[in-house]
Parts: sequence; C-alpha cells; structure tokens
Amino acid sequence: MTPTIELAGLEVHLGKRKILKDLTCSLSGRTIGLLGPNGAGKSTLINTLLGFHKPSAGTARLLGNDIRTQIEQIRTTVGFMPENDSFIANMTAVGFLRMMAELSGLPEEAALERAHESLYYVGLGESRYRKLGTYSLGMKQLAKLAQAVIHGPKLVILDEPTNGLDPPGRQRMIRMIREMKEAGDLRIILCSHLLRDIEETCEEVLILKDGRVVHYSNLEEERKANLRFVELETFGDDGGFVDALEELGCECAMAGERRVKMVLSEGIEIRDLYRVAESRNVQLRRLSYRRDSLEDIFLKAMETPNGRV
Amino acid sequence: MAVYKRSYRGYSGPLTSRRTRFLVISRYAARGIFKSRIVTGLFILCFFFPLIMIAGLYLNHNVRVLSMIGMRTDHLMDINGQFFMVLMSSQCSMAFLLTAFIGPNMIAPDLANNALPLYFCRPLSRMEYVLGKASVILMILSCITWIPGLLVFGIETTLSGASWGWQNIRFAAGIFLGSAVWICLLAMLALALSAWVRWKLVAGALLLGVMFVSSGFAAAVNAVLRIQSASYLDPGKILTAIFGKFFNLPLDFGVSLSGGLLAYAIMCGICILLLSRKVRAFEVVK
Repeated sequence: MTPTIELAGLEVHLGKRKILKDLTCSLSGRTIGLLGPNGAGKSTLINTLLGFHKPSAGTARLLGNDIRTQIEQIRTTVGFMPENDSFIANMTAVGFLRMMAELSGLPEEAALERAHESLYYVGLGESRYRKLGTYSLGMKQLAKLAQAVIHGPKLVILDEPTNGLDPPGRQRMIRMIREMKEAGDLRIILCSHLLRDIEETCEEVLILKDGRVVHYSNLEEERKANLRFVELETFGDDGGFVDALEELGCECAMAGERRVKMVLSEGIEIRDLYRVAESRNVQLRRLSYRRDSLEDIFLKAMETPNGRV
Repeated sequence: MAVYKRSYRGYSGPLTSRRTRFLVISRYAARGIFKSRIVTGLFILCFFFPLIMIAGLYLNHNVRVLSMIGMRTDHLMDINGQFFMVLMSSQCSMAFLLTAFIGPNMIAPDLANNALPLYFCRPLSRMEYVLGKASVILMILSCITWIPGLLVFGIETTLSGASWGWQNIRFAAGIFLGSAVWICLLAMLALALSAWVRWKLVAGALLLGVMFVSSGFAAAVNAVLRIQSASYLDPGKILTAIFGKFFNLPLDFGVSLSGGLLAYAIMCGICILLLSRKVRAFEVVK
C-alpha cells in the first residue's frame, strides 16, 4: 500500500524561524493522528503538505506525490478542513459548497448534487439554504467538513475538527470521521491536541514537539500488545504457581508480595491461568491488563529529548 | 442519491477542464456583483451615453428625420477624433466609478472570512484566483468601454461607407488600446486595494483617492518644478494622451505613447506585487 505520508528530512522556515526540523518518517495507516502541544508544528506540517509553505530542506510525499513537484496532483486528491473559521459569510451553505466542488473540477450539475448530499451527510440538510454567516460555531465546523469531502477526495486532512463543539457535537464529528474511515478507501489525517479525539479515531499517531518528531505509535499494535500484558494478585500459598506459568511459556516477574506481572505467550489464554491456579490451589484475587493509554504515550513522548522515528 | 442515504460516498465522475477552472471564480464573483441594485443601476446607466451617441449618428445621416425635427439637414456634428474622445472619456470615467463600487467586493470578503485556504487547497493557483477575479472586472468594464466604442465606430462605418472606416481605422485601434490599458489598470488597482483594505467602503473610497491624489500630486510636481514629465504619475492624463495620439488630437501633456504604456505597465506591476504579498493561503507574520 502506498504510504499516506512520507517525510524525508523535511525542514520549514517561516521568516528566520525554523519551525519544522528534519522530520523523517513514513506512515501508511488509514487514519493518522498528528499530536503535539500548541506550537509543536502540526499546522505548519499540514500547510507544508498542502503546498502553502515551501520546504527549506528535504521533501515530503502525500499518497506518493511529491510536495515539491506534484502539488497539483496532491490538491486534486486531498480535502482540507482548516482549523480556523473559513467560509464566505454572505453565501448560502449550498452555494458555497457548490462553488468549492466546481473549483475541485466537478461539473455544475454534479457539484450541486454533491453539495446537497454533503450537507445532508454532515447533518446540515435542513439549514442548507441559510447564509453561512448565520451559522453557529458547531454548524460552521460541519460545513467545513462538508466542503472537505464534497469532491470525494482520497485523503482528508482535518485540522482540529472538534474545536468549539459541545459534547454531542464532538461525538457526532468523531462518529462521522469513523464512518468515513470505514466507508471505502478514504484516508484521514487528523491533527489535534485532544488526545481523546485521536485515540478514538486513529490507527497511527505521530507526536511532534518543537518542530521535531518525538514519537511514533501504532495504536492498533499497542492495543493488541496491551492485551498480552497481565498483572495478577494471588492469595494463599503460591509456591510453584509462577514456575508453572513459566512452564507454559509465559514471561513472569514478581512485582511485590503475591503480585505477578507477566506476558502471555502465543496460544495462552486467560482461562489457562485459572486452570493453573486451580491445579496449584492458588486463589486469583485480581487480574488486570496493562492499559498504556495514549495519554501515557504522549506524556512519555513529551519527556523524551529530541528523537526520530 | 436519495437524501435519506446519508453515508460518505466518493466521486468518480468526469472533471471539468483545468484551464478554464478559474472561470468558476469569475462566475460566482459576477453573480455577487449584480446582487447589488446600485451596481446594476449604474451598469445600465453606463449605456446611456453610447446610446445617445448612436442616436446622434443616426440623425446625422438621416436628412429626412433632421428636417422633420427642424434642424439643419447638411450637418449635425462632425464624426472625428474629438467625437470619439468625448465618448471614450465619458465611458472611461463611468468605468472608474463602477470599479469603485465593484472592486472592493472582490478579494476583501475572502480575506475577511479567511476563505483563501479553501481556494488554494484545491487545484487552483494564486494566479488563477487573481485572474478569475480580474476577468470579471475586465468583462464588465469591457461592456461599457471598448465594446460600445467599437459599436459606435462600426455603426458610423456602416452609415458612412467602408472607405470612412478604413481611413479612420486608427480610431478603432485607439478605442481598443486606450480602453484596454485603462480597464487593466483599474482592475489591478481595485484588486490590490481590495486585498489590502478589508473594509469595502474604505477600499472603494481609497480607489477614488488614489486616482485623485496621484492626479493632484502630478500637477503639483509639474507646477513646482516647471516640468511636464510628472504627468506620467497621473493615470487620467496618460489615458487622455493615448486617446489623443490615436484620435489625431493636438494634446501636449509631455506624455509619449510608449512612455504612457510603460507607466501603465509599471503601475500594474506594483499592483501585482501588492497582490502577491496578500493573496496567500496563510499570512506569515514576522
């Protein structure tokens, strides 16, 4: 599969300030999260990928297209939802979307049809003839999402899509992002400083700090791996219990009195642990999986000095 | 697709030609312009003078009608350079006034609403965006400058005979060239001011101000230094000089045709420079 993003020593200067510093990585996931504290360079990276800022060194590829030489191809296949308010206040939503679709190359009739469809899709069907200037903040976010997907792009870049949304609005946005991911071959890059948004929607995460990549994480793999880490608390005479587990092929370590941390080997299920415990006459008082949340990953990444994926 | 099917769907239909994509901008801009009744009224008003001129030409060549209304039948007016000078000066002044109304609506709203990233994340370059906005001004101003001018010239040629047309072909060239440089300058100036000043009213006032201030400044420099070359700073005077050259009128402002065209090119260049600094997806604040 063509990587969604490939960064090769990408550097960007804005004025005399170096914003992005030697970014190198390759991400192939269908939904990629860009995480980082404010000022980490997330939006600059997105703007550079869209050709709004010229790289001062290195290059990047989006869906295999080089941002230095194939920017038009990139803009044809990408939809973008900017972070800030972006619309034309005195246009109706349907008129605005139709214009955006026509600018993306759709013929007039198809553009009008898609404008109606997209507005219904994001839940603005009933308000599609209202002027955008009269929309609430949440409605404007939805209108921005609609314009990003109106031309049926292969990749959608969403910059802080849940900004300014109330909890139901946020849930709805997250649900739509998930639906888009699941429907067809659309890929998504989600840029946010909200860990929950990324955790709920993304397969891969790139964490930026001070314009550098400090951590890469495949959330799907992490979730699977977390299920193999088990912590047990036993009661009673546990002599031989740990040895029996090791005989099954599990890696075990004592984490205090009657507490065992272990990695389940391939083919070993939780029920096997109960079976061993029963045979050794050991009571299992507590069993928990390691939950290394995105927050843990993020906080660890923030502690890390400059790193590279 | 039925409206109840609210799921994401890609697009795999045909796409329009890449080369004519900028015309989408023009179409929507034109639609926005003619929503204003004032602009529509002013646009219609711009055709009155050419219609009066055409009526004059008809009378000039129709002895029977002249005698019916009790006028001299041998001669109503001379159709010469002065006639076309009056027509084109009037039309170019109207074009200037109309630009002051339509120009500020071009880029200012997009900048005020931060809409430029949405344009430029699509296959549309900054140049095409400006071209799209400029072309709508050029089309509207063409309708009230060189098109009626050439229409009047054509009608006179039809009434006087082809030989008159061939003898005075310079008039046609002057009408087109003079109008073209004037409307190009107005379009560029209007777009540049619209990009730099986000308040529409101020941008419109500034367009009027730039023209009058440059005219006054050129006159002051000429008077103080006792020269004529400062006339190159006055767009109105340059236009008059260009028309004068083609219409065989003895005008001496110290402005040559080539110098005037060069001055216009420099003014347009400055406007393009101003536009290139402002028409960006994101403004980098130093």
